[in-house]
Amino acid sequence: MVLGRAFEDMCAQMYYRGKMFGFVHLYNGQEAVSTGFIKLLKKEDSAVSTYRDHVHALSKGVPAREVMSELFGKTTGCCRGQGGSMHMFSKEHNLLGGFAFIGEGIPVATGAAFSSKYRREVLGEADCDHVTLAFFGDGTCNNGQFYECLNLAALWKLPIIFVVENNLWAIGMSHMRATSDPQIWKKGPAFGMPGVHVDGMDVLKVREVAKEAIERARRGEGPTLVECETYRFRGHSLADPDELRDPAEKAHYAARDPITALKKYMIENNLAKEAELKTIEKKIDEVVEDAVEFADESPQPPRSQLLDNVFADPKGFGIGPDGRYRCEDPKFTEGTAHV
Amino acid sequence: MRKSSNNLVSVWLVPVGRGSPSPPFPDSGHLLHPPREAESIPTAASTDLNPRVIVQFGKKMFSIVRQKVFNGGSAATALGQTLQRIRPAVAAARGYSSAAKEMTVREALNSALDEEMSADPKVFLMGEEVGEYQGAYKISKGLLEKYGPERVLDTPITEAGFTGIGVGAAYYGLRPVVEFMTFNFSMQAIDHIINSAAKSNYMSAGQISVPIVFRGPNGAAAGVGAQHSQCYAAWYASCPGLKVLAPYSSEDARGLLKAAIRDPDPVVFLENELLYGESFPISAEAVDSSFCLPIGKAKIEREGKDVTITAFSKMVGLALKAAEILAKEGISAEIINLRSIRPLDRATINASVRKTNRLVTLEEGFPQHGVGAEICTSVIEESFGYLDAPVERIAGADVPMPYAANLERSAVPQVEDIVRAAKRACYRAVPMAATA
Repeated sequence: MVLGRAFEDMCAQMYYRGKMFGFVHLYNGQEAVSTGFIKLLKKEDSAVSTYRDHVHALSKGVPAREVMSELFGKTTGCCRGQGGSMHMFSKEHNLLGGFAFIGEGIPVATGAAFSSKYRREVLGEADCDHVTLAFFGDGTCNNGQFYECLNLAALWKLPIIFVVENNLWAIGMSHMRATSDPQIWKKGPAFGMPGVHVDGMDVLKVREVAKEAIERARRGEGPTLVECETYRFRGHSLADPDELRDPAEKAHYAARDPITALKKYMIENNLAKEAELKTIEKKIDEVVEDAVEFADESPQPPRSQLLDNVFADPKGFGIGPDGRYRCEDPKFTEGTAHV
Repeated sequence: MRKSSNNLVSVWLVPVGRGSPSPPFPDSGHLLHPPREAESIPTAASTDLNPRVIVQFGKKMFSIVRQKVFNGGSAATALGQTLQRIRPAVAAARGYSSAAKEMTVREALNSALDEEMSADPKVFLMGEEVGEYQGAYKISKGLLEKYGPERVLDTPITEAGFTGIGVGAAYYGLRPVVEFMTFNFSMQAIDHIINSAAKSNYMSAGQISVPIVFRGPNGAAAGVGAQHSQCYAAWYASCPGLKVLAPYSSEDARGLLKAAIRDPDPVVFLENELLYGESFPISAEAVDSSFCLPIGKAKIEREGKDVTITAFSKMVGLALKAAEILAKEGISAEIINLRSIRPLDRATINASVRKTNRLVTLEEGFPQHGVGAEICTSVIEESFGYLDAPVERIAGADVPMPYAANLERSAVPQVEDIVRAAKRACYRAVPMAATA
């Protein structure tokens, strides 16, 4: 959680210094949800997120260096600079993105869960019990794709957990103004799956609920809908002036900062001393500083990378005037984008 | 009507839309070929790809029908005839080693799917009515019995949902074949086709490839109205990261579908509903289960030296008919069956234009920003000096498809239009002024 917070704060700094650009959506305040859920996953389990995916990537295990480079648009990033802030993918860590459209990631996550079930039942990999987490926000819960997937996941009993990070605001649209029934957890039972509401600012409570939901999915009992009530301390993105939210509301949730809460809990229950926590924070700062340095020093992608990876099979670029496949020409990727 | 699911799919017997099927036409304006009595086995070599469509009139006499169907063809959509349709026995039509076999496009697609599913357990089919209904157009007939409900999945009416699920499964190396009842419905899922499937390999820098096939009928059918008749070739072909294929004959259908399923990238496979029942001669090589056509290569259906006509899907049939008419008038037309809209085989098109010096592009879809526009520009860019006449493009009318039969006929290119355009390309001495 501390890494997430420090990382996101550094992102804000870098953005205002011009090193990061485009759309950047920060996760400050919601760290408990990411940590609470993702830290319970195995490496082979998958997580699918939205554009607010930096901390999901970090929790899933993508190194901070790679995430920072990706944000700077450098070639050492986790997607070699081709994805960006909103499109973090990592095959190694089974992070399936990073989707810009809300609701887009949910069917993809459902498909990943489907593939786990298919591998177990049809392809005979009996020990394949991989679980998928789909993270999305309150605004997404008014989108058709969400309901389509709740239906299909419950119908086919897919090993997926739908995690709603309800931070009450979709850019400037309050959840209360946008939703006929604001209690999202209630939509689970309508489709035949349990719906749970949890305090998303308390990492231990989140973890408890997550554990049960993940075990349920692993056993093959089907999906769960978990609504985490949380809050984002910053605006929707770094370009959002954040004028519509009531300062009193912000103060209320700032007092429930998950990191401070956990620190307090640990100190009160003698799980750690202040000094130890301070060392952790210092270490994290160093990690983040190192990530920034690494990203700064990394090279930008070469021009030839422009045409890379459009197709897995580059014959998809077609046949050139000489009758041979274009990709067979060694000079191919050094050209411009005009193919 | 639904009870007799043993129908060759005629357009109006299958619920393409969510509402009631449209009524049959009083005239046969949309038949590609005039009906003839079932006759002897075609002896033409497989290079002659003029399809012969034989309309079956008759009772449900299965054994005789089986023989008849095998011997020479299957019914087309004989509009306006209130007949009983008899479904050809797919299994019986395959596996014979006679030289000039015929196969309908439907059988070709079915056999291709069957073979690819049996070769690779990761291939599965997903879509509306693909399982128990045997396929909205009977393309997936028999697959549910053979492979079971885990590999042939009937989905609810959730295009966005199941397309996204297919993409997510493909992220993990499964090879879904997602069927859209028509590509018009793919608009509800186009976000996933473009944003989750086409762009993923690029966004993840090669980590995640998406070996998925989106298939279904595309373009105008007969009397199905504006929302069921659009051609999506141009839309999908403009997107990098997708491969877009449009087969014409059974051989195309078999070879390209197999290639699409084996391909590691997302492929949009545009079939045509009116071609499903058409029968084409097919070579022994194409019947073999390892048969595969390369993606990105067009086929020259008919060689010629006066004008090049490019077409894809159903329009190839019209172009071939036009070529016959033009030949009688002394114009030798070279017909190119594009097969692959993206990547476009610019090399073949340009080589042909350099030979004939005249170009007519033909497509069924809307004219603005269409496939023809791209081909014309490509030829102008690469072979301008070889052109003896301005490039011509024939496309559907720039209107949503009307319902009335005569209007529909005038909204889609007909053989006369092709002949006229080809003649214009051949006799034109000075460029025409641009018309609106």
